[in-house]
Amino acid sequence: MKMTEEMVDYVSALARLKLPEEERARMTGELEQILAYMDVLNALDTSSVEPMSHVFPVKNVMREDVVLPSAGRAALLANAPAPDGEAFLVPRTVE
Amino acid sequence: MTWETVIGLETHVELATKTKIFCSCTTEFGGAPNTHCCPVCTGMPGTLPVLNKRVLEFAVKAGLALNCSITRRCKFDRKNYFYPDLPKAYQISQLYLPICRDGAVPIRTEAGVEKTIRIHELHMEEDAGKLVHDPWIDQTRADYNRCGVPLIEIVTEPDFRCADEVIAYLEKLRSTLQYLGVSDCKMQEGSLRCDVNLSVRPAGSTEFGTRTEMKNLNSFKAIARAIQYEARRQIELIEEGKRVIQETRRWDENKDATFAMRSKENAQDYRYFPEPDIPPLEISQEELDRYRAEQPEMAEAKMARYQTDYGLPAYDTQMITAQKALADFFEAAVALDSDPKQASNWIMGQVMGQLSARGMEAKDMAFSPASLARLIALVKDGRLNRNTAVKVFEAVFETDGDVDAYVREHSLEQVSDAGLVQKAVEEVFAANPKSVADYQAGKQKAFGFLVGQTMARLKGRASPQVVNETIKALLEQL
Repeated sequence: MKMTEEMVDYVSALARLKLPEEERARMTGELEQILAYMDVLNALDTSSVEPMSHVFPVKNVMREDVVLPSAGRAALLANAPAPDGEAFLVPRTVE
Repeated sequence: MTWETVIGLETHVELATKTKIFCSCTTEFGGAPNTHCCPVCTGMPGTLPVLNKRVLEFAVKAGLALNCSITRRCKFDRKNYFYPDLPKAYQISQLYLPICRDGAVPIRTEAGVEKTIRIHELHMEEDAGKLVHDPWIDQTRADYNRCGVPLIEIVTEPDFRCADEVIAYLEKLRSTLQYLGVSDCKMQEGSLRCDVNLSVRPAGSTEFGTRTEMKNLNSFKAIARAIQYEARRQIELIEEGKRVIQETRRWDENKDATFAMRSKENAQDYRYFPEPDIPPLEISQEELDRYRAEQPEMAEAKMARYQTDYGLPAYDTQMITAQKALADFFEAAVALDSDPKQASNWIMGQVMGQLSARGMEAKDMAFSPASLARLIALVKDGRLNRNTAVKVFEAVFETDGDVDAYVREHSLEQVSDAGLVQKAVEEVFAANPKSVADYQAGKQKAFGFLVGQTMARLKGRASPQVVNETIKALLEQL
């Protein structure tokens, strides 16, 4: 699959990344290489293979519905860039 | 031209579990900001979500009640988007293998139209946090108490043709989920939220028109009005030769209109992929059988049973079963030996009257089935007359006060001493000779007056039947 710079722009916008011009060109090449490997996989006949979502043969890992104490708010807010003592502050997002 | 409206619904329902879907924080509504949070639900790096067993059980039970097929081997997927109500920058949801599919919900509109709404799918996911903009500092405050509260999203096929059908479906859905006990479905607290997808097309056409999605619908009334508004808006656009744009629109309750939301929010690319942190689920036949066996009796079945077993009118059974709490209340009173008809009359009259006067729902009322059973018993035994019983009811309703204590303290017990009643009647006759004469001259009206006077003298505590009989007997002796 051919990777274009527009596609790189789109993907980096979704990932909230702003790539400098030279990285943009480099990413285009690298992503194309990655996609080329997908072509190798696509060449295989997988029609009788069940899609795999998890590597380990583990299933039904669940917990009981029992309340445990929540973490302290101060600790949760400690690493936030802009806490106000009660909440995380973020730039205006609500219309 | 005649137009047809085509509607599909996406309903999010918060499940009534004690803890969140992937961590052990409480799901309790409210609470000071960010006090029902831990490293998992605030998306701290290095944490591992673990599924709450109850969420799977509730989702399967809801799916069974909506006649869905259950996906015995299912998994979660990651839905990626950046928005500060979601601290991980992704929501754990289900796209490829939703837990339930292909359901069917029979509905009956207020006008009596019956049809079946198909359910496309029902899946499990986590709720997002709450954002409140603070205009003073021009910043948005993020509260993650709600983040990670378990949700099921129920997606219908585009089977609705008008607002009445939508409301009938939502009422049925709410009643079903409440009977199952999987959600309290309180719209005002956001535990039932509904997005409406709507398009219009010329009547008879089989192709769909371009649809819009409406959000911020906070009541059944708002949903009905928004549907009417949006259908008219789209028809007018097309009739003016313009085009409907596929977009998300926000219902504004105050302006009674929908408005387009930022186009950025419309162009979404969620880049779903299998959620690596949650191992796949496999539901055994035994579990499925158990969930099926645990399905409770739903509203329709109760309605039918109340009519056949207790001889209640269809309307009464519909009113009582509309809220599960009311049906439970009724059954508890009957279990305490109350006559079903009496219990039904009290609930339909007094209990529902008090609830509506106070704007309350049955599940929030303190008044107990035991107190109602006691009132009914006192009336049945002739120790309280019906009118006095209603007064006692009104006095004890709010806090479920002690019925017997109230009757005792206010000396309300019915006068059953025949001698006392006779004495009162004789006094009334002596004080009102003209009325007695009127009655004897054929004026029936005077009889009622004599009854009223006697009841007043006995402070309303006598059995009306005994008073009537005593007066009749004494008049005949004159």
